[in-house]
Amino acid sequence: MTEKVLMKGNEAIAEAAIKAGCRHYFGYPITPQTEIAAYMAKRMPKIDGVFLQAESEIAAINMVYGVSATGKRVMTSSSSPGIALKSEGLSYLAGADLPALVVNVQRGGPGLGGIQPSQSDYFQATKAGGHGDFKMIVLAPSSVQEMADLTIKGFDLADKYRMTSMILADGTMGQMMEPVEIKENAEINTYDKSWAVTGTECKRQHNIVNSLYLKPELLEKVNVERYERYKQIEENEVMYEEFMMDDAEICVVAFGIAARISQNAIVEARKQGIKVGMIRPITLWPFPKKPLLAAADKVKRFISVELSMGQMIDDIKLATECKKPIDLCTRVGGMIPSPEEVLAKIIEANGGNN
Amino acid sequence: MSTFNILIAGFGGQGVLFAGKCLAYKGLTEDKQVSWLPSYGPEMRGGTANCSVILSDSPVGSPIVSTPDILIAMNLPSLDKYEGETQKGGKIFVDSTLIGRKVEREDVDAYYIPATKMAADIGAPTLANMIILGKMIKETGAVNFDDIEVGLKKVIPARKADMIDINLKALKAGYDF
Repeated sequence: MTEKVLMKGNEAIAEAAIKAGCRHYFGYPITPQTEIAAYMAKRMPKIDGVFLQAESEIAAINMVYGVSATGKRVMTSSSSPGIALKSEGLSYLAGADLPALVVNVQRGGPGLGGIQPSQSDYFQATKAGGHGDFKMIVLAPSSVQEMADLTIKGFDLADKYRMTSMILADGTMGQMMEPVEIKENAEINTYDKSWAVTGTECKRQHNIVNSLYLKPELLEKVNVERYERYKQIEENEVMYEEFMMDDAEICVVAFGIAARISQNAIVEARKQGIKVGMIRPITLWPFPKKPLLAAADKVKRFISVELSMGQMIDDIKLATECKKPIDLCTRVGGMIPSPEEVLAKIIEANGGNN
Repeated sequence: MSTFNILIAGFGGQGVLFAGKCLAYKGLTEDKQVSWLPSYGPEMRGGTANCSVILSDSPVGSPIVSTPDILIAMNLPSLDKYEGETQKGGKIFVDSTLIGRKVEREDVDAYYIPATKMAADIGAPTLANMIILGKMIKETGAVNFDDIEVGLKKVIPARKADMIDINLKALKAGYDF
Protein backbone atom coordinates (compact mmCIF):
# COMPACT_ATOMS: atom_id res chain seq x y z
CA MET A 1 0.00 0.00 0.00
CA THR A 2 1.18 3.49 -0.77
CA GLU A 3 1.69 5.63 2.31
CA LYS A 4 -0.96 8.23 2.91
CA VAL A 5 0.37 11.74 2.69
CA LEU A 6 -1.14 15.13 3.39
CA MET A 7 -1.69 17.04 0.20
CA LYS A 8 -3.61 20.08 -0.89
CA GLY A 9 -6.47 19.27 -3.23
CA ASN A 10 -4.76 21.20 -6.00
CA GLU A 11 -1.56 19.20 -5.59
CA ALA A 12 -3.52 15.94 -5.53
CA ILE A 13 -5.06 16.83 -8.89
CA ALA A 14 -1.64 17.55 -10.37
CA GLU A 15 -0.03 14.37 -9.07
CA ALA A 16 -3.00 12.24 -10.12
CA ALA A 17 -2.85 13.73 -13.62
CA ILE A 18 0.79 12.69 -13.88
CA LYS A 19 -0.11 9.20 -12.65
CA ALA A 20 -2.83 9.11 -15.32
CA GLY A 21 -0.17 9.61 -17.97
CA CYS A 22 -0.64 13.31 -18.59
CA ARG A 23 2.69 14.81 -19.71
CA HIS A 24 1.40 18.12 -21.08
CA TYR A 25 0.13 20.92 -18.90
CA PHE A 26 -0.67 24.44 -20.06
CA GLY A 27 -1.90 27.09 -17.68
CA TYR A 28 -1.94 30.61 -16.43
CA PRO A 29 -1.84 31.48 -12.72
CA ILE A 30 -4.96 32.46 -10.84
CA THR A 31 -5.98 32.03 -7.19
CA PRO A 32 -7.15 29.60 -5.82
CA GLN A 33 -5.73 27.00 -8.21
CA THR A 34 -2.16 28.16 -8.72
CA GLU A 35 -0.73 25.19 -6.78
CA ILE A 36 -1.66 22.98 -9.75
CA ALA A 37 0.55 24.99 -12.08
CA ALA A 38 3.29 25.29 -9.46
CA TYR A 39 3.31 21.53 -8.91
CA MET A 40 3.42 20.84 -12.64
CA ALA A 41 6.24 23.35 -13.12
CA LYS A 42 8.30 21.36 -10.63
CA ARG A 43 7.40 17.85 -11.71
CA MET A 44 6.99 17.91 -15.48
CA PRO A 45 10.63 18.68 -16.36
CA LYS A 46 11.73 15.71 -14.24
CA ILE A 47 9.56 13.21 -16.13
CA ASP A 48 10.15 14.46 -19.66
CA GLY A 49 6.84 16.27 -19.59
CA VAL A 50 5.88 19.72 -20.77
CA PHE A 51 4.89 22.54 -18.44
CA LEU A 52 4.16 25.80 -20.12
CA GLN A 53 2.86 28.99 -18.58
CA ALA A 54 1.02 30.46 -21.52
CA GLU A 55 0.58 34.17 -22.17
CA SER A 56 -3.11 33.89 -21.33
CA GLU A 57 -5.87 31.42 -20.51
CA ILE A 58 -7.02 31.51 -24.12
CA ALA A 59 -3.57 30.56 -25.35
CA ALA A 60 -3.43 27.72 -22.82
CA ILE A 61 -6.69 26.11 -23.90
CA ASN A 62 -5.65 26.31 -27.56
CA MET A 63 -2.36 24.60 -26.70
CA VAL A 64 -4.51 21.90 -25.11
CA TYR A 65 -6.37 21.61 -28.40
CA GLY A 66 -3.14 21.19 -30.29
CA VAL A 67 -1.70 18.48 -28.04
CA SER A 68 -4.99 16.64 -27.82
CA ALA A 69 -5.14 16.49 -31.62
CA THR A 70 -1.93 14.44 -31.49
CA GLY A 71 -3.61 11.91 -29.20
CA LYS A 72 -1.70 12.75 -26.01
CA ARG A 73 -3.26 13.22 -22.61
CA VAL A 74 -3.33 16.93 -21.83
CA MET A 75 -4.81 19.29 -19.29
CA THR A 76 -5.25 22.88 -18.21
CA SER A 77 -6.59 24.40 -15.02
CA SER A 78 -7.91 27.74 -13.91
CA SER A 79 -10.45 29.42 -11.70
CA SER A 80 -13.78 31.00 -12.63
CA PRO A 81 -12.80 34.15 -14.61
CA GLY A 82 -10.06 32.17 -16.33
CA ILE A 83 -12.47 29.40 -17.31
CA ALA A 84 -14.74 32.01 -18.88
CA LEU A 85 -11.80 33.02 -21.08
CA LYS A 86 -11.32 29.39 -22.06
CA SER A 87 -14.90 28.91 -23.20
CA GLU A 88 -14.12 29.50 -26.88
CA GLY A 89 -11.51 26.75 -26.75
CA LEU A 90 -13.85 24.42 -24.87
CA SER A 91 -16.38 24.77 -27.67
CA TYR A 92 -13.72 24.10 -30.32
CA LEU A 93 -12.55 21.00 -28.43
CA ALA A 94 -16.14 19.76 -28.43
CA GLY A 95 -16.58 20.59 -32.11
CA ALA A 96 -13.44 18.66 -32.99
CA ASP A 97 -14.30 15.75 -30.63
CA LEU A 98 -11.03 16.09 -28.74
CA PRO A 99 -10.47 14.67 -25.25
CA ALA A 100 -9.07 16.96 -22.54
CA LEU A 101 -9.13 17.48 -18.80
CA VAL A 102 -10.00 20.97 -17.62
CA VAL A 103 -10.02 21.91 -13.93
CA ASN A 104 -12.06 24.77 -12.50
CA VAL A 105 -11.27 25.57 -8.86
CA GLN A 106 -14.12 28.00 -8.46
CA ARG A 107 -14.02 31.40 -6.75
CA GLY A 108 -16.74 33.97 -6.19
CA GLY A 109 -18.08 35.90 -9.18
CA PRO A 110 -19.27 37.39 -11.44
CA GLY A 111 -16.47 39.46 -12.92
CA LEU A 112 -13.21 39.28 -11.04
CA GLY A 113 -15.33 38.54 -7.98
CA GLY A 114 -13.17 37.44 -5.08
CA ILE A 115 -10.71 34.71 -4.24
CA GLN A 116 -12.81 32.78 -1.74
CA PRO A 117 -14.64 29.52 -2.59
CA SER A 118 -17.82 29.37 -4.62
CA GLN A 119 -19.91 26.99 -6.72
CA SER A 120 -21.46 29.62 -8.92
CA ASP A 121 -20.03 28.27 -12.19
CA TYR A 122 -22.50 25.38 -12.11
CA PHE A 123 -24.49 26.64 -15.09
CA GLN A 124 -21.32 27.46 -17.02
CA ALA A 125 -19.94 23.95 -16.46
CA THR A 126 -23.09 21.91 -16.95
CA LYS A 127 -25.00 23.93 -19.53
CA ALA A 128 -22.99 26.66 -21.18
CA GLY A 129 -19.31 25.77 -21.43
CA GLY A 130 -19.21 27.69 -24.70
CA HIS A 131 -21.22 28.34 -27.85
CA GLY A 132 -23.03 25.63 -29.74
CA ASP A 133 -24.69 22.37 -28.75
CA PHE A 134 -22.27 20.46 -26.56
CA LYS A 135 -21.72 18.95 -23.16
CA MET A 136 -18.78 18.35 -20.89
CA ILE A 137 -18.55 15.57 -18.34
CA VAL A 138 -18.56 17.48 -15.04
CA LEU A 139 -17.02 15.82 -11.98
CA ALA A 140 -17.49 17.31 -8.50
CA PRO A 141 -15.03 16.04 -5.89
CA SER A 142 -15.81 16.50 -2.20
CA SER A 143 -12.53 15.35 -0.67
CA VAL A 144 -8.85 15.55 -1.51
CA GLN A 145 -8.92 11.82 -2.25
CA GLU A 146 -11.69 12.40 -4.78
CA MET A 147 -9.73 15.29 -6.31
CA ALA A 148 -7.14 12.65 -7.20
CA ASP A 149 -9.47 9.79 -8.09
CA LEU A 150 -11.77 11.89 -10.28
CA THR A 151 -8.81 13.37 -12.12
CA ILE A 152 -7.76 9.88 -13.20
CA LYS A 153 -11.37 8.99 -13.97
CA GLY A 154 -11.77 12.26 -15.87
CA PHE A 155 -8.90 11.47 -18.25
CA ASP A 156 -10.37 8.04 -18.78
CA LEU A 157 -13.87 9.29 -19.61
CA ALA A 158 -12.46 12.04 -21.84
CA ASP A 159 -10.58 9.48 -23.94
CA LYS A 160 -13.45 7.02 -23.95
CA TYR A 161 -16.00 9.54 -25.28
CA ARG A 162 -13.64 11.97 -27.05
CA MET A 163 -14.72 15.04 -25.11
CA THR A 164 -13.75 17.36 -22.27
CA SER A 165 -13.97 16.22 -18.68
CA MET A 166 -14.16 19.11 -16.26
CA ILE A 167 -13.25 18.84 -12.60
CA LEU A 168 -15.56 21.36 -10.92
CA ALA A 169 -13.96 22.00 -7.55
CA ASP A 170 -13.93 25.09 -5.37
CA GLY A 171 -11.37 27.10 -3.43
CA THR A 172 -11.86 25.03 -0.28
CA MET A 173 -11.27 21.74 -2.07
CA GLY A 174 -8.22 23.20 -3.78
CA GLN A 175 -6.64 24.66 -0.66
CA MET A 176 -7.44 22.11 2.03
CA MET A 177 -5.07 19.32 2.98
CA GLU A 178 -6.27 15.83 3.77
CA PRO A 179 -4.64 12.42 3.75
CA VAL A 180 -4.57 11.08 0.23
CA GLU A 181 -3.29 7.96 -1.40
CA ILE A 182 -2.41 8.21 -5.07
CA LYS A 183 -1.67 4.72 -6.27
CA GLU A 184 1.71 4.32 -7.91
CA ASN A 185 0.36 2.06 -10.63
CA ALA A 186 -3.20 3.19 -11.10
CA GLU A 187 -4.85 1.20 -13.85
CA ILE A 188 -4.90 3.42 -16.89
CA ASN A 189 -7.16 2.41 -19.73
CA THR A 190 -6.03 3.10 -23.23
CA TYR A 191 -8.37 3.95 -26.03
CA ASP A 192 -8.17 3.87 -29.77
CA LYS A 193 -6.74 7.13 -31.05
CA SER A 194 -6.42 6.26 -34.70
CA TRP A 195 -8.01 9.66 -35.39
CA ALA A 196 -4.98 11.51 -34.00
CA VAL A 197 -2.78 13.72 -36.15
CA THR A 198 0.58 12.01 -35.77
CA GLY A 199 2.08 11.95 -39.25
CA THR A 200 1.00 9.44 -41.91
CA GLU A 201 4.49 8.31 -42.95
CA CYS A 202 2.74 8.06 -46.34
CA LYS A 203 1.15 4.82 -45.14
CA ARG A 204 -2.42 5.96 -44.53
CA GLN A 205 -4.90 8.65 -45.45
CA HIS A 206 -4.21 11.78 -43.42
CA ASN A 207 -6.39 12.58 -40.44
CA ILE A 208 -8.12 15.91 -40.06
CA VAL A 209 -8.99 17.48 -36.72
CA ASN A 210 -11.35 20.36 -37.26
CA SER A 211 -14.58 21.88 -35.98
CA LEU A 212 -15.59 23.62 -39.21
CA TYR A 213 -18.49 22.07 -41.15
CA LEU A 214 -19.78 24.44 -43.79
CA LYS A 215 -22.42 22.06 -45.09
CA PRO A 216 -25.42 22.30 -42.76
CA GLU A 217 -26.48 18.72 -43.54
CA LEU A 218 -23.13 17.45 -42.34
CA LEU A 219 -23.01 19.76 -39.29
CA GLU A 220 -26.46 18.56 -38.30
CA LYS A 221 -25.31 14.96 -38.64
CA VAL A 222 -22.23 15.36 -36.41
CA ASN A 223 -24.28 17.20 -33.80
CA VAL A 224 -26.92 14.48 -33.71
CA GLU A 225 -24.28 11.77 -33.53
CA ARG A 226 -22.57 13.60 -30.69
CA TYR A 227 -25.83 13.70 -28.74
CA GLU A 228 -26.20 9.93 -29.28
CA ARG A 229 -22.89 9.60 -27.50
CA TYR A 230 -24.09 11.94 -24.74
CA LYS A 231 -27.11 9.66 -24.30
CA GLN A 232 -24.80 6.71 -23.65
CA ILE A 233 -22.94 8.76 -21.07
CA GLU A 234 -26.18 9.66 -19.30
CA GLU A 235 -27.01 5.95 -19.29
CA ASN A 236 -23.64 4.61 -18.13
CA GLU A 237 -21.54 7.18 -16.33
CA VAL A 238 -23.71 8.73 -13.63
CA MET A 239 -21.98 8.80 -10.25
CA TYR A 240 -23.51 9.81 -6.93
CA GLU A 241 -23.44 8.86 -3.27
CA GLU A 242 -26.31 8.40 -0.84
CA PHE A 243 -25.91 9.27 2.84
CA MET A 244 -28.48 8.13 5.43
CA MET A 245 -31.20 7.95 2.78
CA ASP A 246 -32.82 4.64 3.82
CA ASP A 247 -35.63 6.11 5.90
CA ALA A 248 -35.14 9.77 4.99
CA GLU A 249 -38.13 12.10 4.80
CA ILE A 250 -36.01 15.10 3.88
CA CYS A 251 -33.38 14.82 1.18
CA VAL A 252 -30.48 17.25 1.04
CA VAL A 253 -28.84 17.55 -2.37
CA ALA A 254 -25.32 18.96 -2.31
CA PHE A 255 -21.96 18.49 -3.98
CA GLY A 256 -18.35 19.36 -3.22
CA ILE A 257 -17.71 21.40 -0.08
CA ALA A 258 -21.47 21.98 0.40
CA ALA A 259 -21.90 18.21 0.80
CA ARG A 260 -19.21 18.08 3.48
CA ILE A 261 -20.93 20.83 5.47
CA SER A 262 -24.34 19.25 4.96
CA GLN A 263 -23.02 15.95 6.26
CA ASN A 264 -22.25 17.56 9.64
CA ALA A 265 -25.72 19.13 9.72
CA ILE A 266 -27.40 15.83 8.85
CA VAL A 267 -25.57 13.93 11.58
CA GLU A 268 -26.68 16.60 14.07
CA ALA A 269 -30.28 16.58 12.79
CA ARG A 270 -30.41 12.79 13.12
CA LYS A 271 -29.39 13.17 16.78
CA GLN A 272 -32.47 15.37 17.14
CA GLY A 273 -34.60 12.65 15.57
CA ILE A 274 -35.11 14.28 12.17
CA LYS A 275 -35.13 11.74 9.33
CA VAL A 276 -32.86 13.46 6.85
CA GLY A 277 -30.39 12.12 4.32
CA MET A 278 -28.40 13.32 1.34
CA ILE A 279 -27.89 12.53 -2.30
CA ARG A 280 -24.50 13.85 -3.38
CA PRO A 281 -24.05 14.13 -7.14
CA ILE A 282 -20.47 13.23 -8.09
CA THR A 283 -21.19 13.77 -11.78
CA LEU A 284 -23.04 17.06 -12.25
CA TRP A 285 -23.38 16.19 -15.91
CA PRO A 286 -24.65 13.58 -16.34
CA PHE A 287 -26.87 14.58 -13.41
CA PRO A 288 -28.13 11.72 -11.17
CA LYS A 289 -31.73 12.06 -12.33
CA LYS A 290 -32.89 8.52 -11.59
CA PRO A 291 -31.97 8.36 -7.89
CA LEU A 292 -33.49 11.82 -7.37
CA LEU A 293 -36.72 10.82 -9.09
CA ALA A 294 -36.84 7.66 -6.98
CA ALA A 295 -36.26 9.75 -3.85
CA ALA A 296 -39.08 12.11 -4.85
CA ASP A 297 -41.54 9.29 -4.29
CA LYS A 298 -40.24 8.66 -0.79
CA VAL A 299 -39.31 11.98 0.80
CA LYS A 300 -41.46 14.97 1.72
CA ARG A 301 -39.06 17.73 0.74
CA PHE A 302 -35.71 18.42 -0.83
CA ILE A 303 -33.14 20.99 0.21
CA SER A 304 -30.57 22.14 -2.33
CA VAL A 305 -27.45 23.27 -0.48
CA GLU A 306 -25.15 25.11 -2.86
CA LEU A 307 -22.72 28.01 -2.95
CA SER A 308 -24.61 29.82 -5.68
CA MET A 309 -27.86 31.77 -5.87
CA GLY A 310 -29.62 28.53 -6.82
CA GLN A 311 -28.30 26.96 -10.00
CA MET A 312 -28.37 23.23 -9.26
CA ILE A 313 -31.89 23.59 -7.88
CA ASP A 314 -33.16 23.83 -11.48
CA ASP A 315 -31.70 20.42 -12.28
CA ILE A 316 -33.23 18.96 -9.12
CA LYS A 317 -36.64 20.31 -10.16
CA LEU A 318 -36.28 18.75 -13.61
CA ALA A 319 -35.02 15.44 -12.23
CA THR A 320 -37.78 15.15 -9.62
CA GLU A 321 -40.43 16.47 -12.05
CA CYS A 322 -41.33 19.01 -9.35
CA LYS A 323 -43.05 16.25 -7.37
CA LYS A 324 -41.98 17.66 -4.01
CA PRO A 325 -41.12 21.14 -2.75
CA ILE A 326 -37.46 22.13 -2.86
CA ASP A 327 -35.89 24.62 -0.46
CA LEU A 328 -32.69 26.48 -1.18
CA CYS A 329 -29.91 26.88 1.37
CA THR A 330 -27.08 29.01 0.17
CA ARG A 331 -24.31 31.50 0.86
CA VAL A 332 -22.50 33.21 -1.99
CA GLY A 333 -19.63 35.52 -2.87
CA GLY A 334 -17.04 33.40 -1.07
CA MET A 335 -19.12 33.01 2.10
CA ILE A 336 -19.71 29.44 3.22
CA PRO A 337 -22.75 28.24 5.15
CA SER A 338 -21.99 26.79 8.57
CA PRO A 339 -23.36 23.37 9.52
CA GLU A 340 -25.62 25.27 11.96
CA GLU A 341 -27.16 27.27 9.11
CA VAL A 342 -27.84 24.08 7.15
CA LEU A 343 -29.25 22.45 10.29
CA ALA A 344 -31.61 25.42 10.78
CA LYS A 345 -32.84 24.91 7.22
CA ILE A 346 -33.38 21.20 7.86
CA ILE A 347 -35.36 21.97 11.03
CA GLU A 348 -37.42 24.50 9.06
CA ALA A 349 -38.08 21.91 6.34
CA ASN A 350 -39.18 19.52 9.06
CA GLY A 351 -41.96 21.94 9.91
CA GLY A 352 -39.98 23.77 12.56
CA ASN A 353 -39.97 20.67 14.75
CA ASN A 354 -36.87 19.18 16.22
CA MET B 1 -14.64 9.03 20.11
CA SER B 2 -12.94 12.38 20.28
CA THR B 3 -12.65 15.27 17.88
CA PHE B 4 -10.54 18.39 18.20
CA ASN B 5 -11.74 21.41 16.22
CA ILE B 6 -8.76 23.73 16.27
CA LEU B 7 -8.52 27.26 14.91
CA ILE B 8 -5.15 29.00 14.73
CA ALA B 9 -5.40 32.67 13.85
CA GLY B 10 -3.04 35.61 13.48
CA PHE B 11 -1.27 37.88 11.00
CA GLY B 12 0.15 36.53 7.78
CA GLY B 13 3.82 35.75 8.41
CA GLN B 14 3.40 34.49 11.98
CA GLY B 15 3.53 30.88 10.85
CA VAL B 16 -0.13 30.19 11.51
CA LEU B 17 -0.48 27.84 8.54
CA PHE B 18 2.83 26.14 9.31
CA ALA B 19 1.87 25.44 12.92
CA GLY B 20 -1.37 23.92 11.65
CA LYS B 21 0.52 21.72 9.20
CA CYS B 22 2.81 20.36 11.92
CA LEU B 23 -0.22 19.54 14.00
CA ALA B 24 -2.10 17.90 11.12
CA TYR B 25 0.89 15.80 10.08
CA LYS B 26 1.47 14.65 13.65
CA GLY B 27 -2.19 13.64 13.80
CA LEU B 28 -1.84 11.70 10.55
CA THR B 29 1.09 9.72 11.93
CA GLU B 30 -1.11 8.81 14.90
CA ASP B 31 -3.68 7.35 12.47
CA LYS B 32 -6.19 10.09 13.20
CA GLN B 33 -8.53 11.48 10.58
CA VAL B 34 -7.28 14.97 9.81
CA SER B 35 -8.03 18.01 7.72
CA TRP B 36 -6.18 21.32 7.33
CA LEU B 37 -7.75 24.33 5.70
CA PRO B 38 -6.12 27.75 5.32
CA SER B 39 -7.95 31.02 4.96
CA TYR B 40 -6.09 34.15 4.03
CA GLY B 41 -6.19 37.19 1.82
CA PRO B 42 -4.09 38.00 -1.23
CA GLU B 43 -1.19 39.51 0.79
CA MET B 44 2.17 37.74 1.19
CA ARG B 45 2.66 39.31 4.65
CA GLY B 46 0.33 41.15 6.97
CA GLY B 47 -3.38 40.75 6.50
CA THR B 48 -5.14 38.11 8.54
CA ALA B 49 -4.47 34.41 8.24
CA ASN B 50 -6.08 31.53 9.98
CA CYS B 51 -6.21 27.83 9.62
CA SER B 52 -8.67 25.15 10.61
CA VAL B 53 -7.29 21.84 11.79
CA ILE B 54 -9.52 18.94 12.67
CA LEU B 55 -8.17 15.83 14.38
CA SER B 56 -10.68 13.06 14.91
CA ASP B 57 -11.24 9.37 15.43
CA SER B 58 -14.07 9.45 12.88
CA PRO B 59 -14.18 10.76 9.30
CA VAL B 60 -14.07 14.56 9.06
CA GLY B 61 -17.19 16.19 7.61
CA SER B 62 -16.86 19.89 7.07
CA PRO B 63 -13.19 20.95 7.18
CA ILE B 64 -14.17 24.48 8.22
CA VAL B 65 -13.82 25.22 11.93
CA SER B 66 -16.29 28.02 12.62
CA THR B 67 -16.86 27.25 16.31
CA PRO B 68 -13.50 25.99 17.63
CA ASP B 69 -13.07 24.07 20.84
CA ILE B 70 -9.42 25.09 20.76
CA LEU B 71 -8.49 28.61 19.68
CA ILE B 72 -4.95 29.89 19.31
CA ALA B 73 -5.05 33.68 19.01
CA MET B 74 -1.77 35.20 17.90
CA ASN B 75 -3.00 38.78 17.61
CA LEU B 76 -5.76 41.00 18.96
CA PRO B 77 -8.03 41.02 15.88
CA SER B 78 -8.06 37.21 16.00
CA LEU B 79 -9.06 37.13 19.65
CA ASP B 80 -11.71 39.79 19.03
CA LYS B 81 -13.10 37.85 16.11
CA TYR B 82 -13.10 34.31 17.44
CA GLU B 83 -13.46 34.58 21.23
CA GLY B 84 -17.23 34.72 20.88
CA GLU B 85 -17.26 31.78 18.48
CA THR B 86 -15.33 29.46 20.78
CA GLN B 87 -17.37 26.61 22.19
CA LYS B 88 -18.44 26.56 25.81
CA GLY B 89 -15.81 24.71 27.82
CA GLY B 90 -13.27 25.36 25.07
CA LYS B 91 -9.68 26.46 25.50
CA ILE B 92 -8.26 29.76 24.28
CA PHE B 93 -4.49 30.26 23.96
CA VAL B 94 -3.38 33.88 23.85
CA ASP B 95 0.00 35.30 22.82
CA SER B 96 0.18 37.73 25.72
CA THR B 97 3.18 39.58 24.27
CA LEU B 98 1.00 40.92 21.46
CA ILE B 99 -2.44 40.86 23.07
CA GLY B 100 -2.88 43.24 25.97
CA ARG B 101 -6.36 42.24 27.03
CA LYS B 102 -7.70 39.21 28.84
CA VAL B 103 -10.28 36.73 27.59
CA GLU B 104 -13.68 38.03 28.64
CA ARG B 105 -15.63 34.78 28.43
CA GLU B 106 -15.97 32.93 31.71
CA ASP B 107 -17.16 29.65 30.26
CA VAL B 108 -13.85 28.86 28.55
CA ASP B 109 -10.34 28.15 29.85
CA ALA B 110 -7.85 30.87 28.96
CA TYR B 111 -4.07 30.40 28.80
CA TYR B 112 -1.68 33.35 28.47
CA ILE B 113 1.74 32.69 26.97
CA PRO B 114 4.21 35.48 26.12
CA ALA B 115 5.06 33.48 23.02
CA THR B 116 6.59 36.27 20.95
CA LYS B 117 8.86 37.34 23.83
CA MET B 118 9.83 33.76 24.65
CA ALA B 119 10.68 33.15 20.99
CA ALA B 120 13.00 36.15 21.00
CA ASP B 121 14.57 34.97 24.26
CA ILE B 122 15.56 31.61 22.82
CA GLY B 123 17.00 33.26 19.73
CA ALA B 124 14.20 32.28 17.37
CA PRO B 125 12.07 35.41 17.04
CA THR B 126 9.94 33.92 14.25
CA LEU B 127 8.87 30.85 16.19
CA ALA B 128 6.18 32.18 18.52
CA ASN B 129 3.88 29.84 16.59
CA MET B 130 5.78 26.76 17.79
CA ILE B 131 5.89 28.01 21.38
CA ILE B 132 2.15 28.53 21.59
CA LEU B 133 1.58 25.22 19.77
CA GLY B 134 3.71 23.43 22.38
CA LYS B 135 1.62 24.93 25.18
CA MET B 136 -1.61 23.99 23.41
CA ILE B 137 -0.53 20.37 22.99
CA LYS B 138 0.38 20.18 26.66
CA GLU B 139 -2.99 21.50 27.84
CA THR B 140 -5.19 19.57 25.38
CA GLY B 141 -3.35 16.38 24.50
CA ALA B 142 -4.53 16.89 20.92
CA VAL B 143 -1.50 14.92 19.74
CA ASN B 144 1.24 12.98 21.49
CA PHE B 145 4.16 15.27 22.37
CA ASP B 146 6.79 12.56 23.04
CA ASP B 147 7.64 12.09 19.35
CA ILE B 148 6.51 15.52 18.16
CA GLU B 149 9.54 15.74 15.85
CA VAL B 150 7.86 13.18 13.57
CA GLY B 151 5.36 15.84 12.49
CA LEU B 152 8.06 18.48 12.12
CA LYS B 153 10.18 16.28 9.89
CA LYS B 154 7.24 15.79 7.53
CA VAL B 155 6.66 19.49 7.17
CA ILE B 156 10.20 20.89 7.11
CA PRO B 157 11.76 20.07 3.74
CA ALA B 158 15.08 18.21 3.70
CA ARG B 159 16.97 21.27 2.45
CA LYS B 160 15.93 23.12 5.62
CA ALA B 161 16.65 20.18 7.96
CA ASP B 162 18.86 22.44 10.07
CA MET B 163 15.68 24.22 11.19
CA ILE B 164 14.28 21.15 12.93
CA ASP B 165 16.25 21.58 16.16
CA ILE B 166 15.29 25.19 16.73
CA ASN B 167 11.63 24.40 16.03
CA LEU B 168 11.82 21.54 18.54
CA LYS B 169 13.42 23.86 21.07
CA ALA B 170 10.56 26.33 20.65
CA LEU B 171 7.92 23.62 20.93
CA LYS B 172 9.52 22.34 24.15
CA ALA B 173 9.82 25.84 25.60
CA GLY B 174 6.08 26.24 25.07
CA TYR B 175 5.29 22.80 26.38
CA ASP B 176 7.29 23.41 29.58
CA PHE B 177 5.89 26.91 30.15
